[in-house]
Amino acid sequence: MSRLAIGLGVAAVAAAATAFVLTMPKPVQSARLETISGLEGDPVAGEAVFWAGGCASCHAAPGAEGDALKVLSGGVRLKSDFGTFIGPNISPDPEHGIGGWSVADFANAMLAGVSPDGGHYYPAFPYGSYARMSDKDIADLFAFLKTLPASATASLPHELGFPFNIRRTLGGWKLLFFSDQPRVALASDDPALVRGQYLVEGPGHCGECHTPRNALGGFKTDAWLAGAKNPEGEGVIPNLTPGGKSIGSWSAADIAYYLESGFTPDFDSVGGSMVDVQKNMAHLPGSDREAIAAYLKALPDRPDGWK
Amino acid sequence: MIIRTLIAATLIGAAGLAPALAADEPQVVRQDLMKKNGKDLGVLVKMVKGEAPFDAAQAQAALTEIHGVASEFGAYFPEGSETGFDTEAAPAIWSDRAGFDKAVAQFEADAKTAMDAAPADLDALKAVFGPLTKNCGACHETYRLKNS
Repeated sequence: MSRLAIGLGVAAVAAAATAFVLTMPKPVQSARLETISGLEGDPVAGEAVFWAGGCASCHAAPGAEGDALKVLSGGVRLKSDFGTFIGPNISPDPEHGIGGWSVADFANAMLAGVSPDGGHYYPAFPYGSYARMSDKDIADLFAFLKTLPASATASLPHELGFPFNIRRTLGGWKLLFFSDQPRVALASDDPALVRGQYLVEGPGHCGECHTPRNALGGFKTDAWLAGAKNPEGEGVIPNLTPGGKSIGSWSAADIAYYLESGFTPDFDSVGGSMVDVQKNMAHLPGSDREAIAAYLKALPDRPDGWK
Repeated sequence: MIIRTLIAATLIGAAGLAPALAADEPQVVRQDLMKKNGKDLGVLVKMVKGEAPFDAAQAQAALTEIHGVASEFGAYFPEGSETGFDTEAAPAIWSDRAGFDKAVAQFEADAKTAMDAAPADLDALKAVFGPLTKNCGACHETYRLKNS
């Protein structure tokens, strides 16, 4: 065997080993998991996190309303450029849901996109946003989820083509795009703005639809909340920045009222997939909706992200 | 020959004028109806929120006009009006006509209930306002697409 072939062979093995290490699922640091495990979760506070996080929009049965939104049997189909994701059962059922999980398992899922068996979750589950959530919110939300009814509906597999059906590739995606850092630098540390940033960039995961993505499904970071093509088909997801045509002319009070009532300043109504989001937001305290509005008004202007 | 050219020129000219008659296009009519609806809802919302004093006559005029819009609205989605004039109508209107017709019938029924209730004070208005508006989003969820 020539020296060149040996050299190439060694390089290939080294590259494969590097790729293997780089794409390994990385759970939350053990010290943080210990902290979270030591917290006493408050299910009442957790319900507010549940609505802020929009859990029911993907994890309740399709078309669920009212109390049925709290039966997290899964089944909602989320179309994307990579295939169709199907929200899994996250009810407290020990077999089909997350009844057998510890709060550390839950924290790994929410904050690192890592499953209890050590695999990657697809970022259709928006852990890229949830990664910003506080220890307390994670513990409270988990405590709330445990109070909900169990459902024995089996989760369905996602419908994805090659290579997106290889979960290990998500290690590369995380390497390129996963971040728990702020999406924008705010000019002020006004508590309402800070709270708004937390809600929008963290549990609210607004950027998941309102920010355009590149070909690999990562955010275009210079177009935060600038609006995007509708991944589910025709039409667009509006631009939320203050200079955009979509809601640029709205006052902070208009935005807060829209999130509360579903009415725009022209008394048009909320539509599309925002209908469910708005219903979730209506459950939040008014101060949280005002904080979201304050943050959106403080965003840097961006041209429409779908153009 | 000259006559034929003249006729052709006239026809082309008429075709060219068509956009000037945009106000009659169903896409435009239905948009104007919804704008009128929004204006009337605004009158009611301001009263419900306490930003304007309750006025029974104004409220009834708004409710009557909303019912008028609801009765007329469904007629302006003929085949061929799927696109154009910045329409935000979703393809689902035509692919799921029965579902759309049912949603419009619900709108008409909700509007009639509110109009017939003829609220005489603010509490009565508040009582009809919720049921009147609860289906706006449900219909827009499926049958409207945002373009901007």
